[in-house]
Amino acid sequence: MTAIKPMISVEYTGNATIVKFTDERILEEKDIKALQDSIMPIIETASGRINLILDFGNVRFLSSAVLGLLIRISKRIYEYDGQLRLCSINPKIYEIFKITRLTKTFDIYENIEGAIEDLS
Amino acid sequence: MRFELMASEAPISCSIVVESKPSAVVEVCKQILPKLEANSFGKDDIFAVHLTLEEAFLNAVKHGNKMDPNKKVKVDYSVDSDKVEICITDEGNGFQPDAVADPRFGEGLYEPGGRGLLLMNSYMDTVKYNERGNSVYMLRYKEKPHLTRGPSNTETEI
Repeated sequence: MTAIKPMISVEYTGNATIVKFTDERILEEKDIKALQDSIMPIIETASGRINLILDFGNVRFLSSAVLGLLIRISKRIYEYDGQLRLCSINPKIYEIFKITRLTKTFDIYENIEGAIEDLS
Repeated sequence: MRFELMASEAPISCSIVVESKPSAVVEVCKQILPKLEANSFGKDDIFAVHLTLEEAFLNAVKHGNKMDPNKKVKVDYSVDSDKVEICITDEGNGFQPDAVADPRFGEGLYEPGGRGLLLMNSYMDTVKYNERGNSVYMLRYKEKPHLTRGPSNTETEI
């Protein structure tokens, strides 16, 4: 596992790239910008199409600005013909996804095992 | 500095004026959230109010005051054992909330922004704006405790 900044850890397993958010709270714009600057190159420099899993297991609080980041990530992955999955989302945060209907946009899995399964 | 509040609705028990920068929300949260805990608000309430503060304050700084460091944001609030009221006012020209597209449908679902108002409306019981549109009043009543089982294993109504 490679540590990138204090905000994420990246793990490569099988044909998946797992990005785990390490912070409990993702709020400030500068942090969100730092996350974007860390995650986008992972997508852009992947050899072949990327299967990216974003693991929210540590996250207990986020703002709508993070949802914006996820939309930008998903658009970039689409451009690169990759696949994005989210997993381990705390129930309170999952509620935010439901309210905003982003549960219709993102593939969300209960845990990392489920997210890895059946990846092509 | 000119703040136009809804005089009849602005909670008046506490009032703070902070710098118009995103990080100043930390100071606002530090003032309000402990008062919720002190009044026995639950975790769901605190999560809801915290999220709403983040969204409403950032709107005031970004869209209201247009990131102008010379402007301020005023936060009036009141917390009691039953409810929390918050009024956030910026020095901008205001906006028309009805004109904001619903981010849950159509193209809005794929736009990076525009979800703050939806979350504020979802997590608070009342959200109102003054006529100018530069001041938002929000109210949330404390969640009642869930039904619990009593010592005799029968349901106890609270």
